[in-house]
Amino acid sequence: MNQPIKVEKTMTINKPAAELYRFWHNFENLPHFMKHLKSVKVQDAKRSHWVASAPLDGSIEWDADITEDRENELIAWKSVAGADVDNAGFIQFKPAPNNNGTEVKVVTEYNPPAGVIGAAIAKLFGEAPEQQIGDDLRRFKMLMETGEVATTEGQSRGSK
Amino acid sequence: MKAVCWEGANKVEVKTVPDPKIINPRDAIIKITSTAICGSDLHLYDGFNPTMKPGDILGHEFMGEIVELGSGVKDGNPRNNGEPLAVGDRVVVPFTIACGSCFFCNRTLWSLCDNSNPNAWMVEKVMGHSPAGLFGYSHLTGGYAGGQAEYARVPFADTGLFKIPDGLTDEQVLFLTDIFPTGYMAAENCDIQPGDTVAIWGCGPVGQFAIRSAYMLGADRVIAIDRVPERLQMAKEQGKAEILNYEEVDVGEALKEMTGGRGPDSVMDAVGMEAHGMGLEGMYDKVMQAARLETDRPNVLRQAIVACRKGGTVSVPGVYTGFIDKMPMGAFMNKGLTMKTGQTHLHRYLRPLLERVQNGDIDPSFVITHRLPLDAAPEAYEIFKHKKDNCIKVVLKP
Repeated sequence: MNQPIKVEKTMTINKPAAELYRFWHNFENLPHFMKHLKSVKVQDAKRSHWVASAPLDGSIEWDADITEDRENELIAWKSVAGADVDNAGFIQFKPAPNNNGTEVKVVTEYNPPAGVIGAAIAKLFGEAPEQQIGDDLRRFKMLMETGEVATTEGQSRGSK
Repeated sequence: MKAVCWEGANKVEVKTVPDPKIINPRDAIIKITSTAICGSDLHLYDGFNPTMKPGDILGHEFMGEIVELGSGVKDGNPRNNGEPLAVGDRVVVPFTIACGSCFFCNRTLWSLCDNSNPNAWMVEKVMGHSPAGLFGYSHLTGGYAGGQAEYARVPFADTGLFKIPDGLTDEQVLFLTDIFPTGYMAAENCDIQPGDTVAIWGCGPVGQFAIRSAYMLGADRVIAIDRVPERLQMAKEQGKAEILNYEEVDVGEALKEMTGGRGPDSVMDAVGMEAHGMGLEGMYDKVMQAARLETDRPNVLRQAIVACRKGGTVSVPGVYTGFIDKMPMGAFMNKGLTMKTGQTHLHRYLRPLLERVQNGDIDPSFVITHRLPLDAAPEAYEIFKHKKDNCIKVVLKP
């Protein structure tokens, strides 16, 4: 039996809530900073199709619906029936004290299926789920604050 | 291009590696004209940092000429007098990498930049939060390729490149990348008041600049402490400091005697103890192991705290990365001391100190004892590490 995995992470981003809300609201932007997402296709105002990496070079896919949407405050989504992995999440934007940016909180929940694939997926998301969502959120912060995600991938180095 | 690569403890090699390229829009590529070995590089060289990987390019004190600018490099950095950057500009590069737009950069706490360390998660496990990314200084601070090479990639170029006016040599401005601002901020952290006496432990290059800076900031007397004769001599002759050799005298007693029994108004640990606490996993064991190897080093901080006058200030530019044993917290608390520290906020000091060099207040090249080609880096590290041939500071020319 796989346990549901629920993680939450908060980070302060030095930008107004409206700007962060707008960027996130277009789910097609998410793969820019969420490492395990291959693509998200927005189908209509409510529904989107998500593709994520899975172990052994595979992918898992699902459709998700926006379940709650409060402008500049909160976006919640949930996978619809038939998803490879049932999942749901929300992001909340709250102005930080003294106009020092926006406190951004992300909560995500996965319900991996039973069986071998489920176990592999649980492992993928479960190794360090807080780490993963924290890293995703940090990349979101970098992108919004600096226009790019800091990286050393592809830089020069000696062999090995 | 040729680059100095870390290949293991006490082993660097000059290797031919791919030329750096623009990766992010705000990157620039610099053709390096001068680069230096820093005392802190020796801790990587010694193999004390478990997040070094073979093939990592070393070096965080470098300067040169812009050869390529990314499409997203913004114009008009106010720290560059608002002048846009252009290919061909001669520039120095702060060793701390700063984005220029986060909470910390906005408060001029540049070395605490939130956005420049892609490996922030590693540091957070140890320190709670991550400081800025650094060039050529292990994967803990980002794993950025360093500047002991023919070329380097500089992220956030619009924030991190400072143009150098004509008429100044490389050797006059190279140390604006680290050790001069580091010594200066350390002196500023002493909160010097007119008539003050400052005691500085460590007469390496940072200590030398701290001595000069303490006088610039109004100190009446600077007392410099070391054991290496040529370093003490430089402190005395170039820095006009009074000197104490800790192998010859009881430093605590000597300082008391020299200050009428009261103790120095501020004290500075320009030695540090990087060898301690570098581990991520099983850190405690590594700390204990390192402590055994480095037993005299925490003595500097302890000695400084005990020597400082009541109500004085303890400035710590020396690098610490983990835990220390037997911190004299009782002395620190009961004497009402203040401690100030941090990696240098380079971007805050670089231009004002460049103006000091232009005005002729100081010629930072006084610390250079050795000039070698980049190809001689393996030999240069050995000379510097063992202080052979009275070595204090090595500059490498690509």
